[in-house]
Amino acid sequence: MNDAKQAPAIEGWFTMDAAQPHLLGSRCTICGTYFFPRQSSFCRNPDCASTTFEDVELSRTGRIWSYTNACYEPPEPFVAPKPFAPFAIAAVELEREKMIVLGQVVAGVGVDELEVGMPMELVLETLCRDGDTDKLIWKWKPAGSAR
Amino acid sequence: MSGDVVVLGVGMHPWGKWGRNFVEYGVHAARAALEDAGVGWRDVQFVSGAATMRCGYPGYVAGATFAQALGWQGAEVNTSYAACASGSQALAAARAKILSGQCEVALVVGADTTPKGFLAPAKGYRPEDPDWVRFHIGITNPTYFALYARRRMDLYGATEQDFAAVKVKNAAHGAENPNARYRKRYTADEVFASAMVADPLRLLHVCATSDGGAAVVISSTEYARRRTRTPVRIAAISTVTPRFASGEVEMPDIATDSAAATQAHSFRASIAAKAYEEAGLGPEDVSVAEVYDLASPMELDWCEYLGLSKPGEAEQLLRSGATRIGGRIPVNPSGGLACFGEAVPAQALAQVCELTWQLRGQAGTRQVEGARVGITANQGLFGHGSSVILRR
Repeated sequence: MNDAKQAPAIEGWFTMDAAQPHLLGSRCTICGTYFFPRQSSFCRNPDCASTTFEDVELSRTGRIWSYTNACYEPPEPFVAPKPFAPFAIAAVELEREKMIVLGQVVAGVGVDELEVGMPMELVLETLCRDGDTDKLIWKWKPAGSAR
Repeated sequence: MSGDVVVLGVGMHPWGKWGRNFVEYGVHAARAALEDAGVGWRDVQFVSGAATMRCGYPGYVAGATFAQALGWQGAEVNTSYAACASGSQALAAARAKILSGQCEVALVVGADTTPKGFLAPAKGYRPEDPDWVRFHIGITNPTYFALYARRRMDLYGATEQDFAAVKVKNAAHGAENPNARYRKRYTADEVFASAMVADPLRLLHVCATSDGGAAVVISSTEYARRRTRTPVRIAAISTVTPRFASGEVEMPDIATDSAAATQAHSFRASIAAKAYEEAGLGPEDVSVAEVYDLASPMELDWCEYLGLSKPGEAEQLLRSGATRIGGRIPVNPSGGLACFGEAVPAQALAQVCELTWQLRGQAGTRQVEGARVGITANQGLFGHGSSVILRR
């Protein structure tokens, strides 16, 4: 570990639990629909007029729906260490929530090591350094083979 | 059908990176469409513009902007904005006006001037904006296109050769189109030699943003009877929203709807389904299609959403040569977005222009022989999409 302080790159979107982080969503108390990012004013289910929600931690494991990478540095507001290093991106399907969530894949894992259906787990990694603070973001990390 | 309206005239301003005011392209296209229709500007009773968000206030009120540029003559006016479906919504507004008997002939126009470089959101710290969030963590537009392409590879055995073949086919189509921005023919090797952007998408797979304009003159069947004996009719315009829970991984969202309390629906398939239902036609009736190839592999997805092939079989359709001009069901005979680049408010109308020329037998070296029914499809941000069916 280095001496840097740590802070979330986006406030309130995930827990800062280093070992078992969770994305923070909400769930409609009437119909049970999940929302990420958190929704707290109206339910988007057309058959539900609920206005009450509970905050929930989303499942921290799921399976790859699809994946790709970013070979070129994205434009601002993307922030990344220099020089730019390509990174993989995964869309991961959460079984309980029946929802697909996008995110970067952990550093060092390329598209050649990924496949549709592969189990993934959520971890936190540094997105960028801001002064003496590491800004952390959720990323997907392989958690075993697809078959 | 009595519920039909007729496409009397179509016109375009060539796509490019001309750097001029979008109104110039719109007026050029409008005059071409009016001339093609044999309708005078003063005879137009309703002007329906597709808005652009990138050209200031005149773009937000595009219908009035074009009407003023052509010369105020007292027509009623409308402006529609629906991202990539803007042109179709402007067309739908004009059709409704005619079908309700409030006017006989209407002009529909869309045009855009696009900035250079990436389209990126405003800066600062704005986590309430999903567009800001996804750029902040490095997810750009090609990411979304690539996710669909990669899924086809893992699920259906699509190959990089297939994706290159779509580009090669559409480039060959567009080479014959004087309105296309890119008219170079490509080989598969040239596609493979272009840089990887978002695996498996290469630079030559991803469409550019362009300047351009397109216009359509439509009228009642009664009005058209005095002007043409071979009318091309609008049989359907679908501009449906998604149905919750939308199963599509969509720009700019970081997560899909949750289908925990309901079932997931395919938005893209529902766009075409509504058009077929309205037209009383099915995929087996279609002779030619213009679809939204924001990236070349997406054409394969659209072939399936339109029912031109079963899910997972679009690669076979492509490999058989069916989607080339001369094949059983040519797709993107105009060259598609690969050859045009995207001029958002003009694109859906450009698709209608191409199908009109195809159904009239006026597409020259791009002609799809015997074309009788054509379908368009596009889809954009925030739940917008459209499909238009034309028939001879």
